[in-house]
Amino acid sequence: MPTSFELTPMMMREVIMDHYSNPRHKSTPSGDGYVSIHASSTNCIDDFDVYLKKENGKVADALWNGVSCTISGASTDILCDQLIGKNDEEAHYLIKQYLNMIEEKEFDDSVLDEAIVFMNTGKQAARIHCATMGWTAMDEILYKEEK
Amino acid sequence: MKLDPIALRNDFSMYRNAVKMQGKPLVWLDNASTTFKPDCVIEEIVRYYSEETANSHRGDYDLCYNIDQKILASRKTVAHFINSEVEEVVFTTGTTGSINLVAFGYAAKTLKEGDEILLSEAEHASNLLPWFKVAELTGARLAYVPLDKEGRITVENVQKSLTPKTKIVALAQVGNVLGFVAPIKEIAAICHRNHSILVVDGAQSVPHMKVDVKDLDCDFLSFSGHKLLGPTGVGVLYGKMSLLLETDPYVSGGGNNDKFYKEGTVTFLKPPMKFEAGTLNIEGILGLKPAIEYIEKVGIENINAHERELKAYAVEKLKATKNCVIYNEDSEAGIVTFNIDGVFAQDAATFLNSRGIACRSGQHCAKILNDFLGTPATVRASFYLYTTKEDIDLLADAVAHGKEFLDAYFI
Repeated sequence: MPTSFELTPMMMREVIMDHYSNPRHKSTPSGDGYVSIHASSTNCIDDFDVYLKKENGKVADALWNGVSCTISGASTDILCDQLIGKNDEEAHYLIKQYLNMIEEKEFDDSVLDEAIVFMNTGKQAARIHCATMGWTAMDEILYKEEK
Repeated sequence: MKLDPIALRNDFSMYRNAVKMQGKPLVWLDNASTTFKPDCVIEEIVRYYSEETANSHRGDYDLCYNIDQKILASRKTVAHFINSEVEEVVFTTGTTGSINLVAFGYAAKTLKEGDEILLSEAEHASNLLPWFKVAELTGARLAYVPLDKEGRITVENVQKSLTPKTKIVALAQVGNVLGFVAPIKEIAAICHRNHSILVVDGAQSVPHMKVDVKDLDCDFLSFSGHKLLGPTGVGVLYGKMSLLLETDPYVSGGGNNDKFYKEGTVTFLKPPMKFEAGTLNIEGILGLKPAIEYIEKVGIENINAHERELKAYAVEKLKATKNCVIYNEDSEAGIVTFNIDGVFAQDAATFLNSRGIACRSGQHCAKILNDFLGTPATVRASFYLYTTKEDIDLLADAVAHGKEFLDAYFI
């Protein structure tokens, strides 16, 4: 598995908790050039905004901020990590592979890196939306920006 | 008489069938959301579809007459249960439908600009949002009774909040998050002295405690069938006849009119038929009767005593874990609202799910209350007549192991 860490349940837990407890990208942007979308959940807790800034055809910055559970918060933070530096095509491909993984379809694990830690989300079907809401919101921004 | 929840479980197929969740025996602690149905309710619904199918309202044949009689019998059972007149029982789609009928059929018609609608911050969305719309339509103002420091609605605070402009006071008898019992009888008295109408949300009270509308002297009372062992999609609006006569039907059509003419005039039937246009949820109405009879057979006071005992037990057990904060230790209802230390409510509920325990997490549709509690979300465990101390032991054991919440995904 081409991840930058050893894939044991213990390590996967640590990655999730680390991104939830010490998020790298959890803030509201102070500068210009960001596009944002609100992400919320019908089961009424997760409630945050995602922000994306592009420069020269690539993602220059990705942020999120708001109230989240561990799964939605950590998955969105990991996504922000991975989006930065990617062009649209790479970003869509990454998101598509991740969503395929969550939906338990075939997926290309070579691009997922830390996002692989959410491979078991399907065990808790009620949390699938949490694991994907940040990702689908960012995908929506990317498509909007392309137009 | 002390009830025996284990014996009662024989009447519930959800227990007899040993339903599992995540491969574990189901521990059902979401009764404030909905409840299991005893055999007598399911049998009645099946009987309607397998032996008694017909529509209600003035049919000319026996099957239809039979259904009309059964709907009347269900209405009588409800009336006896809440001590109202039979004609004061309106069948609706549920508590939400009932409150919306009062809001749009009565309040939107009678309120004027500058009038006030008094609510509380502990209310469920179904007892807030219809009033928001009525305020928008009429120019009335929304006001809120301040909760005391524990989260209770007190007579003193209602008294302080009433003004000469207060026309409607809409409060839950039992809050769906904290489970405090509001002193409705005393509140009704001060509302009436102020010439205000008291609209009571009984969704969380009627299934769990004796509610006597004549004793309380409330003006309207709403509740749902499915929270008291009955079918989903059916509920009740009780209203004093004088107010029901003033209330417009906000759904019209077949079955609620007396005469109508092409130039647009219509005379409606008397309450409760006036509000029951269209084909009713007949299976729901029929199923409501055995549900209430089951509760009456067990005894509402016995159910209430059982839940109080469970509440005290749950508080004791959860406190002993030293791993959670409880938000409603002293409330009367069988509802415990808490958070596991360091675990977001939604993650906690997922962890409980992984152990087969059904609890609700979130804001429980009472989004304003979370500002009061100082937390974005909570976990809620709620009990009923079939809940056992063993259920609570399993909950407490899970809470004690809350730090391992990501096990939900990895074990």
